[in-house]
Amino acid sequence: MVDVTPADAVPPAEVGEVELYHPHSWWTKYVFSQDAKVIAVQYSATATAIGLVALVLSWLMRLQLGFPGTFDFITPEAYYQFITVHGMIMVIYLLTALFLGGFGNYLIPLMVGARDMVFPYVNMLSYWVYLLAVLVLVSSFFAPGGPTGAGWTLYPPQAIMTGTPGGQDWGIILMLSSLILFIIGFTMGGLNYVVTVLQGRTRGMTLMRLPLTVWGIFTATVMALLAFPALFVACVMMLLDRLLGTSFFMPAIVEMGEQLQHNGGSPILFQHLFWFFGHPEVYIVALPAFGIVSDLISTHARKNIFGYRMMVWAIIAIGALSFVVWAHHMYVSGMNPYFGFFFATTTLIIAVPTAIKVYNWVLTLWRGDIHLTIPMLFALAFIVTFVNGGLTGLFLGNVVVDVPLSDTMFVVAHFHMVMGVAPILVIFGAIYHWYPKVSGRMLDETLGRFHFWVTFLGAYLIFFPMHYLGLMGVPRRYAELTDMTIMTESAHHLNSFISIMAFIVGFAQMVFLFNLIWSIRHGREAGGNPWRATTLEWQTPETPPAHGNFGKELPIVYRWAYDYSVPGAKQDFIPQNVPGTFGPSREPT
Amino acid sequence: MSVILVFLLVIAGFAGWWLSHQRLLAKPWLEQGMAGEDFVDLGRSPLPTAKIGLGVFLAVVGCLFSLFTSAYFMRMGLSDWRPLPLPRLLWLNTGVLVLSSVALQCAVVAARRGQLDMVKLGLATAGLTALAFLVGQLVAWRQLTEDGYLLASNPANSFFYLITAMHGLHIMGGLVGLGRTSASAWNGGRPERLRLGVELCAMYWHFLLFVWLGIFAVLAGWAATIIDICQRLLT
Repeated sequence: MVDVTPADAVPPAEVGEVELYHPHSWWTKYVFSQDAKVIAVQYSATATAIGLVALVLSWLMRLQLGFPGTFDFITPEAYYQFITVHGMIMVIYLLTALFLGGFGNYLIPLMVGARDMVFPYVNMLSYWVYLLAVLVLVSSFFAPGGPTGAGWTLYPPQAIMTGTPGGQDWGIILMLSSLILFIIGFTMGGLNYVVTVLQGRTRGMTLMRLPLTVWGIFTATVMALLAFPALFVACVMMLLDRLLGTSFFMPAIVEMGEQLQHNGGSPILFQHLFWFFGHPEVYIVALPAFGIVSDLISTHARKNIFGYRMMVWAIIAIGALSFVVWAHHMYVSGMNPYFGFFFATTTLIIAVPTAIKVYNWVLTLWRGDIHLTIPMLFALAFIVTFVNGGLTGLFLGNVVVDVPLSDTMFVVAHFHMVMGVAPILVIFGAIYHWYPKVSGRMLDETLGRFHFWVTFLGAYLIFFPMHYLGLMGVPRRYAELTDMTIMTESAHHLNSFISIMAFIVGFAQMVFLFNLIWSIRHGREAGGNPWRATTLEWQTPETPPAHGNFGKELPIVYRWAYDYSVPGAKQDFIPQNVPGTFGPSREPT
Repeated sequence: MSVILVFLLVIAGFAGWWLSHQRLLAKPWLEQGMAGEDFVDLGRSPLPTAKIGLGVFLAVVGCLFSLFTSAYFMRMGLSDWRPLPLPRLLWLNTGVLVLSSVALQCAVVAARRGQLDMVKLGLATAGLTALAFLVGQLVAWRQLTEDGYLLASNPANSFFYLITAMHGLHIMGGLVGLGRTSASAWNGGRPERLRLGVELCAMYWHFLLFVWLGIFAVLAGWAATIIDICQRLLT
């Protein structure tokens, strides 16, 4: 153990005690709980459940693409519904909810040394509104006409017209309502995450001592609070177009030989609003992943993060820049070439802070004492995958390259690598890393390694070939491509291969779920700090942390989050709440 | 999208100002062993947490209305736009909303001085005038529909109804908070809690008044005229 000055050498912290809500019954403890840790588990479980629906939808899609004409129940309409709901769930109801609602709720109070979120009641409401949003989305499967098939971008005018599944039925109405609910629920939670980081930090926890996980989630939440209103506005306006016949987005249009009552609206206006939300959304998902991966790498390489300040500045820079790149999703919408030039430039500039982060991860690994634990494997896989996906982003960020590649499988491959597979790998790594804190037990190692290798290699086998299909010109969003000249026999074989890999990777996720459930009772006992990590969540008196997190006294923070392998210290890690100085030139005080 | 970008620039400026006071140039790896007393100004803000929470929420609300305004200006440029005549009643409504804000400000002053009766009077006046504002808006809607300016007949009308409805919904949400504060005033809640509650209501009310003045200027077309003049001056 390191030398410890008695904690009472420092005057007692003047941090205002949060008025903790104390549960009185089983219901208020586990169901209508205001404890951020319970809310985090509720968020994560709901997100995982709806994520499974999206996984099954992707299988159905791959059945159709890999073996066209074999399955009668997958009509073109059903196929469109599958891709739409798959995309929507994965981007919003799974990734956003899991990173911010799940990890945000669990980690922010514990990592900054707070007893709970600052507004616990609002936090609880946030989850229940999110659940309602999910239920509304699921209900569209049982509504007449089924869910919407407009594509996850919901572009008008087609999204609310007869030819599109759900366009003139319940599908699109339920989809838009569900999004509006999600945004209301998220705003409630987001206020909590931001204000807890601002006001809930324990004594000595300055901003520059925050673990990068908290920086990532904090910045992503600020972005989400400012970006989601754009989606909200777009949804409300489209709902009015659909229900009350206004013409915000709907131009004068003839449908089935009949002139619709809409007149003069602008579909491009919707695209601006949608992508004003849509592009920050990419980084809303990526920044928490960046933060978490930094902590995983530092902990499992037993080395301080390289360039902590740069990492923080890069997170802030990415957050700010991501608001001025949205129109790179609209190069083919007929915009002024000067706009295209501007947005291509900002898009390429954003690669600079991102590259800084990648270099810093690699330099953290350099000569580190790398433990190839499962969280580390996932973190390493993330770096590779993110670089791969990011490089194709440089292709697509350039107008002249984007125009021919637009709406091809290349785009699908790009965004699945960069904001599908990469963040999901971080989520897995983070679950393997923090599961011992949440449950008190380790996840099974063998199953975990199986899960990692199948997921990592499988994801590459799925998405790498898709780049080639895209370069050949195979378009996305087509249910049936059999008769097209670009679909050569080898392209068909490639599609079948991708589908089979998708089933295998999906199966590996079932193994992961089994591991999650099985290990709650049968996993190895983890102890309080199995990874010998420095951050405050590993220093709680109980594991899993009890209500109020830190027992009687809140911890006092004496150092940054990355004191690993400090020369002169007796252990290779010094927790943030341990006082004293260590180092080659200084004697321990 | 220029309105929202200007709004975000303001937010970014504020965030940058705040971050510049957080020692982002610090080298945390060299600051071992320093605890709370070394970082007196870097902990929580002395402002009440609820106020900061409300401030963040108002930034989100401001974002929402900036986006509506952005969409308004973009849609306005298309050829089918026929501006609608604003009912005179809106002037009266504006006055009523100003009155509501003033009443709450009086309640804040009274709460700081500990004059409970004046607080109650201020809260009651603010609540009633805010309700009167909502009724006034509904009457204005009615006048417009009777004159044939229906929701779907022109995008200018659609935007008018949509933006005023959104603003009204926010006022209604504020009334819930005002009701809770009033309840604690009448039931003899703790004075410091009451004071905070009144201050929060006042903050929200002033912001919504500011938003209303902004959207009134936009809907009446003055904002567009001012922007036009500025653009001419610049070119």
